[in-house]
Amino acid sequence: MRHNMDTLGVGLTLASLVAILVALGMVFLYAPREATMGEVQRIFYFHVASAWVGFFGFGVTFAAGIAHLATSARRWDIVALSSVEVGLTFITMTVLTGMLWARPVWGTYWTWEPRLTISAVQLLLYLAYVMLRNSVDNPARAARFASVYGVVAFVTVPLSWFAIRWWRTIHPDLFAAGGGMALTPRMLHTLLVSIVAFTLLYATLLRQRIRLEQAADRLARLREQLEESPIS
Amino acid sequence: MTTYPIYLMAAYAIFWLLTFVLVFSIGARQRKLEAQFRALEEQSDRDLPVHH
Repeated sequence: MRHNMDTLGVGLTLASLVAILVALGMVFLYAPREATMGEVQRIFYFHVASAWVGFFGFGVTFAAGIAHLATSARRWDIVALSSVEVGLTFITMTVLTGMLWARPVWGTYWTWEPRLTISAVQLLLYLAYVMLRNSVDNPARAARFASVYGVVAFVTVPLSWFAIRWWRTIHPDLFAAGGGMALTPRMLHTLLVSIVAFTLLYATLLRQRIRLEQAADRLARLREQLEESPIS
Repeated sequence: MTTYPIYLMAAYAIFWLLTFVLVFSIGARQRKLEAQFRALEEQSDRDLPVHH
């Protein structure tokens, strides 16, 4: 395998690392201590940012799934699969950090209210995406099946987003009409920087995951070529 | 409400832990692929006839 200098990859990695460190600095040193919840409210910045990136990742899978169904191009299948894997990591982060925030604030790690229930279903659905796709032997069929699955599973993203508006729920609503969660300007700056940092981290991880899948394809092609040219 | 620093620390530890799990998982698969590439290259060098 050739080792080329991946300038964009190195740049993205450095940019996301710096952005995450800046976001962490703002979370702990710049954002004020919330009056009611205290220090535990600082979980909120990375919780919301990871949820955004998880939703975005599943959105990319949705779009790439449609593109793959329309064109049958392998590159869209690679993007869809890679984005699910990265999105799953961030949604797992969202669920776990949410549970750690809920324990001191709600008095329990978990309650079956609409937003949390949809998040659990979403996590399991995308976990099943990865497992089911690995269980199909024919690559073309697996890609087609995964594309349809990725498009259908995306319904959990708007459902999760609107769950706190459509149903009675105890989950805080950041964007509720009439205020929602009261954020001071410093809190808002910290949240925005965290979202940018997580988006950069998503781009970095997605790119690496895509390159891995492309390398696996090259290896498979090389194997086929060697099998097609038997030694006389 | 008390500050509950243990929950705060655990939440940020989870962020680093899951990020590193994904990074190391991608890295491990990358190294495995590189090893397979090397093995295949060695095999082709050994098996394929050289034309002069």
